[in-house]
Amino acid sequence: MSLKVNGHDHQIDADPDTPLLYVLREELKLNAAKFGCGLGQCGSCTVMVDGKAVLSCVTPLLLLEGRQVTTLEGLGTIDAPAPIQRAFMEEQAAQCGYCIAGIMMRAQALLQKNPKPTDEQIRAELHPNLCRCGTHMRILRAVHRAARLMDSAALSSTTQGSAQ
Amino acid sequence: MTKPKIVIGIVAGLLIGGAVAAFAVAWRPAISAIEPPAPQSFDANLVKRGRDLAAIGNCNDCHTVRGGKAFAGGLAVPTPFGAIYSSNITPDPQTGIGLWSEAAFRRAMRSGVDRTGHHLYPTFPYDHFTNVSDEDDRALYAFLMTRQGVHAPARANELAFPLDQRFVVAGWKLLFLRRETYKPDATQSAEWNRGAYLVEGLAHCGACHTPRNALGAERLSATFSGGDVDNWHAYAINARSLSPVPWDTEALFHYLRQGWDKDHGVARGPMAEVVSNLSSVQESDVHAIAVYMTSVFGPPGQDRLRKADEVRAQIKSPPSQTTPSNVAGASIYAAACATCHETERPLPYGGINLALSTALSAPDPRNAANIIISGIQPVEGERSPIMPGFGSSMTDVQISALLNYLRGRFSNQPGWTDVERTVQDARRMQTVFLGIQPGPHNAPGGPTQRD
Repeated sequence: MSLKVNGHDHQIDADPDTPLLYVLREELKLNAAKFGCGLGQCGSCTVMVDGKAVLSCVTPLLLLEGRQVTTLEGLGTIDAPAPIQRAFMEEQAAQCGYCIAGIMMRAQALLQKNPKPTDEQIRAELHPNLCRCGTHMRILRAVHRAARLMDSAALSSTTQGSAQ
Repeated sequence: MTKPKIVIGIVAGLLIGGAVAAFAVAWRPAISAIEPPAPQSFDANLVKRGRDLAAIGNCNDCHTVRGGKAFAGGLAVPTPFGAIYSSNITPDPQTGIGLWSEAAFRRAMRSGVDRTGHHLYPTFPYDHFTNVSDEDDRALYAFLMTRQGVHAPARANELAFPLDQRFVVAGWKLLFLRRETYKPDATQSAEWNRGAYLVEGLAHCGACHTPRNALGAERLSATFSGGDVDNWHAYAINARSLSPVPWDTEALFHYLRQGWDKDHGVARGPMAEVVSNLSSVQESDVHAIAVYMTSVFGPPGQDRLRKADEVRAQIKSPPSQTTPSNVAGASIYAAACATCHETERPLPYGGINLALSTALSAPDPRNAANIIISGIQPVEGERSPIMPGFGSSMTDVQISALLNYLRGRFSNQPGWTDVERTVQDARRMQTVFLGIQPGPHNAPGGPTQRD
């Protein structure tokens, strides 16, 4: 079947009941999303489908006909990191980092829907994602920082677009 | 006197008489304000008993908003007539019940009238609390008056005229409020009577599990036949129960105490808060409730017992699958659900075999849709049941196909109608629900209470 990931169509040769996570990591070599529990309980496999955070380990391919999958690789690159990635680096929000790709994706989905979330909203939204290292306070700061970065990015692109 | 004058006279007389009668029905005097009593003036044992009683009454569920201060009120309780906001029952003198005497508190519990004489809406289930003894009201009063006072003014209800006029409630009470208190049944055991006293009174189980009439009163002819609450169906808990395996005292006790039962699954929706509270009270009271409810369910007939055996046999050795007519739903089930629901991993951490699910035998697919969309959130800081939500990965069409398949495969009941609309409603309500409800404290209160 055909699967749209990060804006590109891919022909996937896999059973329809294959979890999206396996396809991303093994066929497409997109290794940001991690295998944690395999039961949809830890959040390390989180990606976005049509702009919403989804647990890719419990999402079989057959649900994804005609839908848009976005992984962390689709947001930015090492040379040009996306605001969410810059913010997590600037706040040094990763310790071992295993959970962070999933957390960034859920935070990204939150910021797309709510550009200025409160502490409480971020905490509630990130509830399904576990971090065993305990960088929670840095993660919180990073999401706030990402919100500011996105805000100024949006601002500068509008001024560039209209004034110049 | 001419004829028209006589008519006018009669009409005027009737109007005045009616007004006087209405006034007599609706008017209640204020009870004098008291100086808020010092917390240390209450006996500690009385407060402790009140604490357990408040948990059995599930008071915190309606009187606390998500993330808010305990018992400070302000939660929107949706009703067919509009939202009614729960009141502040902390001892704050301005916005809570700090100025209420015990007599004022008892009057509110018995007849739904606040200290100043205003009628309270029956979302506050005083139609059950008439059964609560003076002694228990005293303990509840002592517990509430020793809580932290919170300044939280009441929120205005969202009711249309004339329902926004509180005297209208007096008419409702004339029609529907029974004022008798609980009378023990001498032919039954003390434990049964204890359970009946709690279930019919403070625990107000019928408030959700009994269907309501057009005026919002419980239909007494259908007590415990299943009702509605917050876009969830509260199952029938009498002889009309649709659970694939009949309930018995042991199963009820485990479910009410631990929040789940191996043959019936995990308590969810508004019931999650109930079992969370029941996990914290005296075991003997929960057992008494189970004993009484067993008699309300009644002994299952031969037919139900036979079907239950069939279900158990089917779980042990699943019949080989023929090609299903609903291929879409079957594939989704096999790929997304069976990985947890058909493993040997026991409850509450593994998924229940769906052949045991009451949600799939329920009259409508609301509960099943709610669970598929939102999953089961684990309790913060505790080991507890968990299921990921599929609301973001499945479309309404996919969830509907799945629900139709589950109904066909795991229930003996006829297919559901309007499944897709139910799914859309569930999705919309979920957004609202998650915004206003307290988090799922859930079932088991402490790790020691779980296996």
